[in-house]
Amino acid sequence: MTALTKLFRTTTFRLSLTYLALFSAAAILAIAYIYWNTTVLLSRQLNQTIDAELKGLAEQYRAGGLEQLVRIVAERSQTPGNSLYLVANSEGHRLAGNLSAVAPDLWNSLGPVEFYYRRPAAAGVERRLAFANVFRLPSGYRLIVGRDIEDRRELASMVRSAMLWGLGVMALFGIGGGYWVSRKLLARIDTLAATTRTIMAGDLAGRLPVTGSGDELDRLSDSLNLMLARIEQLMAGLREVSDNIAHDLKTPLNRLRNRVEAALREPYGEPVYREALERTIEEADGLIKTFNALLSIARIEAGAGGQNRELLDVSALLCDVAELYEPVAEERGLMLKAEANGPVFVRADRQLLGQAIANLIDNAIKYGTAEGADGTGAKPEVEVTATEKGGVAEIVVTDRGPGVPVSDRERVLDRFVRLEASRSEPGSGLGLSLVAAVARLHGGSLRLEDNAPGLRVVLALPSGSGATMNGVTAREQARAETRSA
Amino acid sequence: MRVLVIEDDQETATFLRRALKESGHVAEYAGDGQTGLELARANAYDVLIVDRMLPKRDGLAVIGTLRAEEIRTPALILSALGEVDDRVKGLRAGGDDYLTKPYAFSELLARIEALARRTSPEEGSTRFVVGDLVLDRLTHKVTRAGEAIMLQPREFRLLEYLMKHAGQVVTRTMLLENVWDYHFDPQTNVIDVHISRLRSKIDKNFGNPLLHTVRGAGYSIRDSAH
Repeated sequence: MTALTKLFRTTTFRLSLTYLALFSAAAILAIAYIYWNTTVLLSRQLNQTIDAELKGLAEQYRAGGLEQLVRIVAERSQTPGNSLYLVANSEGHRLAGNLSAVAPDLWNSLGPVEFYYRRPAAAGVERRLAFANVFRLPSGYRLIVGRDIEDRRELASMVRSAMLWGLGVMALFGIGGGYWVSRKLLARIDTLAATTRTIMAGDLAGRLPVTGSGDELDRLSDSLNLMLARIEQLMAGLREVSDNIAHDLKTPLNRLRNRVEAALREPYGEPVYREALERTIEEADGLIKTFNALLSIARIEAGAGGQNRELLDVSALLCDVAELYEPVAEERGLMLKAEANGPVFVRADRQLLGQAIANLIDNAIKYGTAEGADGTGAKPEVEVTATEKGGVAEIVVTDRGPGVPVSDRERVLDRFVRLEASRSEPGSGLGLSLVAAVARLHGGSLRLEDNAPGLRVVLALPSGSGATMNGVTAREQARAETRSA
Repeated sequence: MRVLVIEDDQETATFLRRALKESGHVAEYAGDGQTGLELARANAYDVLIVDRMLPKRDGLAVIGTLRAEEIRTPALILSALGEVDDRVKGLRAGGDDYLTKPYAFSELLARIEALARRTSPEEGSTRFVVGDLVLDRLTHKVTRAGEAIMLQPREFRLLEYLMKHAGQVVTRTMLLENVWDYHFDPQTNVIDVHISRLRSKIDKNFGNPLLHTVRGAGYSIRDSAH
């Protein structure tokens, strides 16, 4: 594609051309209208004047016969001006007037007519345009009264050519301007395209140029730059995740390998081999768990698991999961309290939400035991509640453990992040990441707060109480159930 | 038990056949979906182990075809796809159980033994008896040596599932799936604590323990005195 065709294809150029065409059409129409109206008006005035004069002369003829008419015409012909007169007999012989030779066809016509006549001028004879009315006198004589309109014709032709020139210049400026503007715009677009290509080629830190004029291209570049920043951030996140995977999966793999190697080094005999193999299986199981959790998070973040959403009562699910963990909590010397304050409905995937709640309770049990006990001798409590307020269902899990410092509250949601204090507990550092991913999948959020002392985790989800279940809203159904109970 | 393994990976298939044989089962093998379908049609197996991705005809299609032909042999689907959606798809296609790779052989064995038992007459019985432990499914009463044992609803369901599979190994995952209906990993060994609670109720004050831990696999309820 040559540079010129590329230019002609630009939107700016096409828009300029369209605008030019429309504007020219409007200008031509307006000027033509004015021109035409003026011409008609002038012709009508001329016609009326000539008519009046003809009538006057006809009066004279009736009153004083041919001689008087000839006299008056001869008299008027002496007056300089544009007026043209002629009195002639039926053969075309002039009796009086300032028009000399007249074409015979004019002679035979009647009424208003336009024609050329010759008039002596400084340099010989000139041909001029006239407008006249031919009147037939009773005796076969003709009376012609007219006006010289050569000046008017010249003016009209001048106006016409000026108009054509004007239009020509306008078209030239229009096309030239369109070309110039398009070239300027095309140059900027080309810069943007070139920058984009270098960014695509791998330079993620690159940004589109912004001129600072705040025009639409700047606004577009700004938006694209924000998008690029987001992509760069995501890529950094991805790199971090792969680094984490490398570290958190390779370390146990290496441990596993070392153990097998150590067992093989000497002929230790069956019991040692057996133990080494059992430990190997354990290690492999741990790896599989981590791997599964990572895959789950990745799939949830990619939006999978949305197909099995149903309207479910979070309170019931919460009590259900709490019941699963209650013996473990007791074993660890914790009180696990699940409080159901009536049903709270959300539209969610039961397995995913169940797992999220399980992770939260599991964390609370693991980390809620520590020195957080308040010294009153009462068992430290882990409390789980579900409430609904203003279209938001909140699942709250609180513990009395050491909590999470404010500075780490964002960070612990990332994959594989484990705080120093928690290193002693088994875990992959993926639990909260999964909860956060589940929250995002369901259009909700996860926040960590201070329980003074301890940690308060809030999983907020859009409540599904407005949604219908077989045409009955969940709230109505819940009411009906309470009534029947 | 006669088992048909439909699995395209040679090494996995060989391992499965050997391990099944060692566990006292007869294992046959098909390397692709078409052969598997023909074998399953021609012979009476107790259980089918079907890999999900197979050459010629995929695992779900094999099971679907068999079900359409009224062949109801229990089928366990093996798959690398482990998400809930995939599980649901597998069970909807006519599979009876779903196991995600990588798996422990003990898990696989426990599951196929449970599947084979499904078709046995005990399935529908209203009373389970193991030694002197009796569970009545209608009245929800449990007695040991004539003595009534009070159980929480969930403990009752846990014991019910164990007794339904009396003499067999039941894994933690099977319990989590069938008693709690959770298909995720609860991280902590929550099931163990539930079992130890149940054990303290049914075994503690009686001489002969019935609820056994099977190392590296799960639990089993049986009367070892006989």
